[in-house]
Amino acid sequence: MSPVYFSQKLICVQWEELGIRIPRPLGHGPSRFIPEKEILQVGNEDAQMHALFADSFAALGRLDNITLVMVFHPQYLESFLKTQHYLLQMDGPLPLHYRHYIGIMAAARHQCSYLVNLHVNDFLHVGGDPKWLNGLENAPQKLQNLGELNKVLAHRPWLITKEHIEVSSKGLLKAEEHSWSLAELVHAVVLLTHYHSLASFTFGCGISPEIHCDGGHTFRPPSVSNYCICDITNGNHSVDEMQVNSAGNVSVSDSFFEVEALMEKMRQLQECRDEEEASQEEMASRFEIEKRESMFVFSSDDEEVTPARDVSRHFEDTSYGYKDFSRHGMHVPTFRVQDYCWEDHGYSLVNRLYPDVGQLIDEKFHIAYNLTYNTMAMHKDVDTSMLRRAIWNYIHCMFGIRYDDYDYGEINQLLDRSFKVYIKTVVCTPEKVTKRMYDSFWRQFKHSEKVHVNLLLIEARMQAELLYALRAITRYMT
Amino acid sequence: MEKMSRVTTALGGSTLTGRTMHCHLDAPANAISVCRDAAQVVVAGRSIFKIYSIEEEQFVEKLNLRVGRKPSLNLSCADVVWHQMDENLLATAATNGVVVTWNLGRPSRNKQDQLFTEHKRTVNKVCFHPTEAHVLLSGSQDGFMKCFDLRRKDSVSTFSGQSESVRDVQFSIRDYFTFASTFENGNVQLWDIRRPDRCERMFTAHNGPVFCCDWHPEDRGWLATGGRDKMVKVWDMTTHRAKEMHCVQTIASVARVKWRPECRHHLATCSMMVDHNIYVWDVRRPFVPAAMFEEHRDVTTGIAWRHPHDPSFLLSGSKDSSLCQHLFRDASQPVERANPEGLCYGLFGDLAFAAKESLVAAESGRKPYPGDRRHPMFFKRKLDPAEPFAGLASSALSVFEMEPGGGGMGWFVDTAERYALTGRPLAELCDHNAKVARELGRNQVAQTWTMLRIIYCSPGLVPSANLNHSVGKGSSCGLPLMNSFNLKDMAPGLGSETRLDRGKGDARSDTALLDSSATLITNEDNEETEGSDVPTDYLLGDAEGEEDELYLLDPEHAHPEEPEYVLPQEAFPLRHEIVDTPPGPEHLQDKADSPHVSGSEADATSLAPMDSSFSLLSVSHALYDSRLPPDFFSVLVRDMLRFYAEQGDVQMAVSVLIVLGERVRKDIDEQTQEHWYTSYIDLLQRFRLWNVSNEVVKLSTSRAISCLNQASTTLHVNCSHCKRPMSSRGWVCDRCHRCASMCAVCHHVVKGLFVWCQGCSHGGHLQHIMKWLEGSSHCPAGCGHLCEYS
Repeated sequence: MSPVYFSQKLICVQWEELGIRIPRPLGHGPSRFIPEKEILQVGNEDAQMHALFADSFAALGRLDNITLVMVFHPQYLESFLKTQHYLLQMDGPLPLHYRHYIGIMAAARHQCSYLVNLHVNDFLHVGGDPKWLNGLENAPQKLQNLGELNKVLAHRPWLITKEHIEVSSKGLLKAEEHSWSLAELVHAVVLLTHYHSLASFTFGCGISPEIHCDGGHTFRPPSVSNYCICDITNGNHSVDEMQVNSAGNVSVSDSFFEVEALMEKMRQLQECRDEEEASQEEMASRFEIEKRESMFVFSSDDEEVTPARDVSRHFEDTSYGYKDFSRHGMHVPTFRVQDYCWEDHGYSLVNRLYPDVGQLIDEKFHIAYNLTYNTMAMHKDVDTSMLRRAIWNYIHCMFGIRYDDYDYGEINQLLDRSFKVYIKTVVCTPEKVTKRMYDSFWRQFKHSEKVHVNLLLIEARMQAELLYALRAITRYMT
Repeated sequence: MEKMSRVTTALGGSTLTGRTMHCHLDAPANAISVCRDAAQVVVAGRSIFKIYSIEEEQFVEKLNLRVGRKPSLNLSCADVVWHQMDENLLATAATNGVVVTWNLGRPSRNKQDQLFTEHKRTVNKVCFHPTEAHVLLSGSQDGFMKCFDLRRKDSVSTFSGQSESVRDVQFSIRDYFTFASTFENGNVQLWDIRRPDRCERMFTAHNGPVFCCDWHPEDRGWLATGGRDKMVKVWDMTTHRAKEMHCVQTIASVARVKWRPECRHHLATCSMMVDHNIYVWDVRRPFVPAAMFEEHRDVTTGIAWRHPHDPSFLLSGSKDSSLCQHLFRDASQPVERANPEGLCYGLFGDLAFAAKESLVAAESGRKPYPGDRRHPMFFKRKLDPAEPFAGLASSALSVFEMEPGGGGMGWFVDTAERYALTGRPLAELCDHNAKVARELGRNQVAQTWTMLRIIYCSPGLVPSANLNHSVGKGSSCGLPLMNSFNLKDMAPGLGSETRLDRGKGDARSDTALLDSSATLITNEDNEETEGSDVPTDYLLGDAEGEEDELYLLDPEHAHPEEPEYVLPQEAFPLRHEIVDTPPGPEHLQDKADSPHVSGSEADATSLAPMDSSFSLLSVSHALYDSRLPPDFFSVLVRDMLRFYAEQGDVQMAVSVLIVLGERVRKDIDEQTQEHWYTSYIDLLQRFRLWNVSNEVVKLSTSRAISCLNQASTTLHVNCSHCKRPMSSRGWVCDRCHRCASMCAVCHHVVKGLFVWCQGCSHGGHLQHIMKWLEGSSHCPAGCGHLCEYS
């Protein structure tokens, strides 16, 4: 505990004596999934992390829980913060309050009240009209026009066509009042995809609400089981600890083999890759199988999460989601990455219409894709590139994006069902992620590795959405 | 199609003929390659692989190599190349990482020859050795390049780039063993085919992926590279370090680059995104493409010159599913549409003019630039030698210099620095600025300031009760007052008391500008004035100089002589400088120095002293009370500002705008204001008057202007130890982990304002240094330097 924390506590106690209601945090630490002791305590960080915290604090005026969880991977966090800062606060075609409002729209699609609350504050702070917050229909026509794109992009990006772009930039040539310029549109698309994937991260890592936001605090007096002022010294996470330990004990032998088996498979794949060559048809069908299967990979406990009232007003058509698509078994057309890829095409388009952002996102993708510590659970010096590529390509596969040069059989070998369930849920319906899902995959792996997986997930998702949106914009332009 | 011409070229026996034409393909093309005989072209793409023969009038499909029931990914081509020695031999790179060779000589329908499945990722490029029949090179996304001998089943050698994906590989045309490869991370590597262990040379050519490269067909060691950073660079590889010879900036990422045969400095490029045209550049002229082909409706993916010795035929394939033959003669030439003249004013009035040499030569006999009548300028013409640019463009640059002493912008700088724009009452600002202008010899401007002061200053200070003093007079003098601004309307005989001071003020300012006829009138006026209205004339000095005090006097109780006591000194030099001022008033003012022997003697002797002074006062009140609301003048002031702005003195326009603020702003439309502001700020910045410019920006009320100094407010610093930029924080270096800026006084890190001595470069916290230097003049670091702090 940092001294600041203590002094805050003391002040709180004094206030309490005066009869002032003091909110107290509900969650234990920044994440509901990760025990607080696993997470870096502010004050214990090294110089690099400290610098990151300082930057983050300077840019946002707060140190949010997302940052506290992402700091497991400082290299990525730096790039992430830089990009986010640029998108929200630096030169760009959209006015500041629009940017936050778009962030709210995007996060609301996944009912991510955490991000919505954060950005409602920011939105008001930069002078946004509070009336807009009562729902999209109160926002200017221009933002309403973006609603459809937001919806499709969040749930079925493969359906985005040139027409969506035409609608949202309708009157581009007529210089109409509600029309979007291409630069504005690219900015909006980048923001939308950024917040869709950030919503995935928020749910995927179980980010706790900020203390000043709804659900982040309570006015109830501390009960015995809850956080108590007098047991600071005891540590408040003893309960969690026990749970983790017991869970760990039960399955420790199991999960140990899990890691071993995974490594063995990777080794095998590495070795026999040259020997056994699947036929072309086989390869193509493997992709199709994986794609089709990915639609049915869903957790059995399909409990309905009731959207918080607060959040649902920001978007219409709540029923529109990834789910009903999978129920109807719609066909996802195949997108060939060799014909339109981020490095060659997407980058150029973004950088042309929204200078410097292409570079920032490109760096972020690179860092996320290439990030490795050459460790796997308790093993060191492991080449994890194959595993990372499998995760990345699996996500793209769910969006119908195909790499001609990838054998989708590898995915089946490397990713087990519980992991696939987790990936699928985080990427497509993040609001349904539960602690059980988080705990049940890769049981022996460290929390930092699970956060690493989440980074891969959100970046792959963002790239997939961007690819579809940018391809549509390119087609619109030609 | 009428304009398309037909070209026939004889090339060592064979003859190429053709016209600009295109044919529709079934699917988007990814790459094209031409057969050695220049009569056939192969087009490859994800779902197309066909050979077309190039007839005189059209393309004719010869062969479809995409056979078999099920489309295989092996046929999804990222690249295709036709052997330049063997007409039957082709190679393709497949998106799934397979390299396929094709033998057209095979009797069966399926011409597929060999299959190399060694690459793990997409193969981006294949390349045959220019002279060896069996050597094939491939570069892949997995970061490896492989060299195949077609007589064997697998690769002969593997080259590891040790960096990212390979985007292009090209055998050198001249050096038998050398090939170049380009990478996604911006590097270019040079390899010796006999040494797969490491590359001969590596350098970073571009920022971001290098998509393509091409060896010059004749110049040994010239390599052209094109990248995502929208540049085409030409490198000389013969020297020890790769030297950048030329750089062409295009408008989109460069997907392909191909040297034009027989034209040493020409190369063709097409882009990866957004831009659909093919450009042919002269690398020595990197700003305008020499030729441009605009046939395609989607991005061009493959370009090839039809014959290695014919510069006029270019073939191209595109994502819009078409194959084109372009004739150089039919290309549009942006140069022709470009405006070949350039004109630029220098900071100090110099003028540079560049134009086609022919144009200049034709007009060389003309008279020198006629100078402005009011501000005579003398131009001297210096002719720079025209740039020797072989046959492409020859232009002449003429520089006209201001004759020394003929003018200069010193006054501008002085004025900008000394003007006060804010922070004091309006009257003081006007006075101050008038003084500045006067001292710089700009009397007209000084006069304007003075007049502004009269118009706008503190009417509220005059008690309303005083108004009745001269109601009759006030109403009568209002009109002539206005008329006096229009000199020509002014009848010489208008002997009203009030008319003259305005009339004089204006006449004076106008004489500088108007032609002699107007001046004549003014003279008459002045003479008139002199004769009839001496007392008021003397009052004029009063009114202009120290009105405030005059107004403050309650006329009822005012001592009649008071106005004379407060006669300002500064009013006089002004008068002396007026060229046309008749001797009378001058004489008068000289007298006015001594209070009681004032000019009133001339006329006022007939009046009782009391009356005289009373009339004086009432006149002055008439002037101010009837001054009409300042709004009344706003039209005039606006016209005046316009006049200055049109004269080129935007400084005056902006300064007045700022000083008067709300009083005139509403009368001038936003756009004009913005225009003035931007022009003035631009001028200030060109004179490096950053502080003034920033003050102007700050004081401007226009949104567009005031946001100017909110952009790029970041200050970048470099580490004082390793000289690298400090990216994250300004006080600690990420590389050498040292604190860069320590305070010499307290020896702590400075995180805020840092001040340092320019002499010894020691410094520290602003507060500390200030304090230190109060007590000591030596450097706090102990270096012995006598630091100065100002």
